[in-house]
Amino acid sequence: MERDQARRMFDTDEMVINMGPQHPATHGVLRVVLKLDGEKVVDADVVIGYLHRGIEKLSENRDWTQIVLLTDRMDYVASAAANLAYVETVEKLLSLEVPRRAQYVRTILAELQRIASHLVWLGSHAMDIGAVTVFLYCLRERELILDLFEEFCGARLTYNTMRIGGLPQDVPPLWDKKVLQFCDLQIEKLAEYETLLTKNRIWLERTKGIGVISAADAISGGLCGPPLRGSGVRRDVRKDEPYAAYPEFEFDIPVGEHGDTYDRYLVRLAEIRQSVRILRQAVEGLPEGPVMGKVPRLIKPPAGETYHANESPKGEIGYFIASDGKSTSPYRMRVRPPSFCNLQALPQLVRGHLVADVIAVIGTIDIVLGEVDR
Amino acid sequence: MADNEKQTTEAAAKPAAKPVAKAPAAPPPPPGPPDPPPPADVEIPAHLQALQAALPGAVVALSYYLRDWTVIVAPERVVETAGWLRQAEGAAFDYCSDVTAVDWLSREGPRFDVVYCLYSTATRQRLRMKARLADGAAIGSVAGVWSSANWLEREVYDMFGITFTGHPDLRRILMPEEWQGHPQRKDYPLEGPGELILESPQEWLKLRQSFNEAEIE
Repeated sequence: MERDQARRMFDTDEMVINMGPQHPATHGVLRVVLKLDGEKVVDADVVIGYLHRGIEKLSENRDWTQIVLLTDRMDYVASAAANLAYVETVEKLLSLEVPRRAQYVRTILAELQRIASHLVWLGSHAMDIGAVTVFLYCLRERELILDLFEEFCGARLTYNTMRIGGLPQDVPPLWDKKVLQFCDLQIEKLAEYETLLTKNRIWLERTKGIGVISAADAISGGLCGPPLRGSGVRRDVRKDEPYAAYPEFEFDIPVGEHGDTYDRYLVRLAEIRQSVRILRQAVEGLPEGPVMGKVPRLIKPPAGETYHANESPKGEIGYFIASDGKSTSPYRMRVRPPSFCNLQALPQLVRGHLVADVIAVIGTIDIVLGEVDR
Repeated sequence: MADNEKQTTEAAAKPAAKPVAKAPAAPPPPPGPPDPPPPADVEIPAHLQALQAALPGAVVALSYYLRDWTVIVAPERVVETAGWLRQAEGAAFDYCSDVTAVDWLSREGPRFDVVYCLYSTATRQRLRMKARLADGAAIGSVAGVWSSANWLEREVYDMFGITFTGHPDLRRILMPEEWQGHPQRKDYPLEGPGELILESPQEWLKLRQSFNEAEIE
């Protein structure tokens, strides 16, 4: 009876509010339906699919070589990583040898792409939380990477930069020297971001202890990439299942301790350092030789299925491809999108936090909706 | 009968072009995946031998292709096998990378392959688990074993119309909720149901209106 009276006086019902799909902090067209108790999030339901273009269905009706273009359009801030994973899967199906120089250049491109993707993440994540300067700094350095890509393949966003069996062309003259120059500059500029953020009190308040996930939950929940490593799991496809030229380079896998937003930030910054380390080794050891292997004129892999995974900037990107051995397009192409699997943990990460922290958590899992929805 | 007629007319059109070449033609390969059995010189890993011993009857076949192991499981025992693979020592497949399906429309026997890509963070090895499922049949959900399978199974349900029994929240995920059909099926038109708009705009408007009225109510 008393409770009913109190209920009438202070409405204690849970409130359902809608966030997105047109919301600047959702990094695209993500919709989150939040169930709130006052300012606290009780539950969240993630609604996706607004950017679904049916890339998997389209691929079943395109040539093997044309699909590289489609993979560009999934994770559009890291298209070289998606290209690499796709061509490697097809090479596995065809049992093709790729020349060593092509492997090295592919590794350089993938690592440049990792830095570019992490810079976009850091810039937008910091801007969501309120540090606008970092965004400008990060995009300033990303511009230099885009210039490098433009010089290599002529495009700045959707590169289409890999071919089945190698690369479309060799690197332009002096390009490798420019990569080295960029490496020096990037290390210098990283210190600038760290001055702005790492010890910043507002940054610490907004990120420490927010969106915590334990190592066991992260593994069971299928998290991959920096969100998994931020929880202390030493899992990196580059080390565990080496591909391209990675077995020839020395690098570490940075891991976090607490699995919160701040640790994931530290992991990604450390990853930029490791990427620079790989880039320097790759450019200095770049072997001579052709960049295209012996590829049959008509690409028609024998009947069979395979799954092959790479470490994209967002996490484990895998392709499951089935070939029927008869047609010039895959019978089935499935992409294991890292953003999709990371986004699945969002309700778990935001439960019990404030509405403002939802923005920080969406930022920290680093999603690209083009890849989530495909 | 019709086939015979066709053959005779074809033969008449091309009178004895190369009868010698036609005679030894092999029968066409089956439309499904070949799933080659492991060759004799490849040793079956201990955890797969243990699986066969622990759950007799669950494993239908083993396959080895391009350095990957695939275990083909009876669809009604998928959840049990998944639980074993996750718990058992030496296997410890604690990470479910991917759940997907393939529609082998013209295959004799079950139409769908449901494929689970597993990984073990302890032993750093991979395994694919596969179940052959007939059209309209349901399969147990492994979302209780690996929580990552939740959204992945929802996507398979959305794209192929495969029902997962015991799934905590089986809804469409990428397509709108009122969508008809399952786009990744091989008999779904590539251009989608859009012909209705082009052929009879009036019909399409009526359909659209009925949707709106349902929403308002």
